[in-house]
Amino acid sequence: MNDMLRLIEPVIPALRRYARGLVRNRATADDLVQDCLERAVSHWGQRREGDPRPWLFTILHHLAINQFRLSARRGKHIAIDEATEDDFGQEAVQEHKLMYQDVLDKLARLPEDQRAVLLLVAVEDLTYADAARVLDIPVGTVMSRLSRAREKLQQEIEGTVDGAPKNVVRLRSMK
Amino acid sequence: MTNRLITEDDLHAYVDGALAPERVAEVVAYLEGRPDVARRVSAFSDQRDLLRKALAPIADEPLPPQFNLSRMIENRRRRPAPIWWAVAAMLMLSIGGLGGWVIRGSLQGSSGGLAALAQEAAYSYSVYAPDRVRPVEMRASDSAQLVQWVSNRLKQPVTLPDLTGSGYRLMGGRLIPTSHGPAAMFMYDDDRGGRLVVLTRPMISEQSAPMTPHSGGDVSGFAWADGGMGYSLVGQAAAESLKPIANEVRRQACTI
Repeated sequence: MNDMLRLIEPVIPALRRYARGLVRNRATADDLVQDCLERAVSHWGQRREGDPRPWLFTILHHLAINQFRLSARRGKHIAIDEATEDDFGQEAVQEHKLMYQDVLDKLARLPEDQRAVLLLVAVEDLTYADAARVLDIPVGTVMSRLSRAREKLQQEIEGTVDGAPKNVVRLRSMK
Repeated sequence: MTNRLITEDDLHAYVDGALAPERVAEVVAYLEGRPDVARRVSAFSDQRDLLRKALAPIADEPLPPQFNLSRMIENRRRRPAPIWWAVAAMLMLSIGGLGGWVIRGSLQGSSGGLAALAQEAAYSYSVYAPDRVRPVEMRASDSAQLVQWVSNRLKQPVTLPDLTGSGYRLMGGRLIPTSHGPAAMFMYDDDRGGRLVVLTRPMISEQSAPMTPHSGGDVSGFAWADGGMGYSLVGQAAAESLKPIANEVRRQACTI
C-alpha cells in the first residue's frame, strides 16, 4: 500500500501535463487524471514490476481516447475552443505565455495519435519502446508518427513565421 | 567511424537524446556536411524545447484536492478482499444472476417484502452512490421540501434520519421507482467520501420485520420494517460498523 503511494504520487504532475497536452481543457484533463488514479489504485496488482510510469500513462491514454470518442460522437470539440489563457499556467511572463499558447494551439491541430506520440516522447521522456507500449503500437509506428508529428508541427510553426529564419525562437516577435 | 547509414530514426533519437554516445558522434559528423538536414534537426530540437517549456508550468500547479491518493487507497482498503469477490461471483452464477445483485444470508429464503426492499436499496446504492455529478435530486439544503415531497408521494409521513452523531452528513435524496411503488432514498457521506443510502417505502407484505443483515456485490446493509414502513440501509463499510447506524435510523423513525 505504501508502495502505491510512493510510486504513483511522483508521477501525478506528469500525468496532468500529458492529459492537458492531449485535451487542453483543464477540468476535462484533471477529471481524466483523477479517473486514472482511481483505476491505478484499484488495479494496482495488475501492473508489471518496475517503473510504473508507462503503466500509468497507458491507463490515462485509454481514458483520454474514450473521451475523444465520446466528444466526437457528441459533435463537440473540446480541444481548442474551450481553452482559456488561464489553462496554461500563470507563472510564465506575458511574452512567453503568448509564445507558449501559440505552440500549444498548433499542437492541438495535430491528429490526436501524432500529438500523443510527440507528448510522450518529447515532453514526458518515455523511451520509444515505452511509448509503443502505452499506445499499443509497434516501435516502427511510433517512429513514423513521431516524424510526421514533428514535420507537421514544424510546417505550422514556419507557416506563421512567414519567411523569417527557420528558428522557432523567432516566434517571440510574432504576436 | 562505422559505415552504418544514418536513418531518419537516428535523427529523431538524436533530438530526443536517445542515442548511444558513439552514434551521436556519427550523427554529428553526418550533419556537418549537410546544412539542410542540420537545420531541420535543429528546428526539431527547438520545437522540443518549446513544447517542454510551454507545458512545464502545468506540472508545477498545486494539486487539486480530489487527487488525494492516500484517501483513494484508504477507500479501497476498506472494501472486501478480492477472494470475497470471487465467492460472491460464484454465488451469483450459481443462483442465476439477478442483474448482478443477489440477496444472501437470512433474507435468501424470503420471498416477501424485506428481500425486495433490500435489493432495491442495493440497486439504488450501486446506481447513485458512485455518481459524482448528481447523486441526489434534492440537496440537504432543501431537506424540508425533500421530506414533504417524498411524504406526499409515499402517502406516509417519512422521517429523515439525522446521522451526524454517527459521522454521516445528509447529502440529499430522491424518489426511486420500485415494483411496489415509489420509495424515498436518502444519501449520506462521511469525511472520507464514504457514502450510505437509506431507502424507505410502505410495505405490502412483512409490515413488521426484525432487523436482518443482507449483503451482495461489494455492499452490505440491514433491512427491517416497523408499522408498515420498510427500511434498508446500505453502504460499502463493514457490516459491524453499519449495524449501529441502522439501529440509530430505526430509533429515530420509531419516535415519530
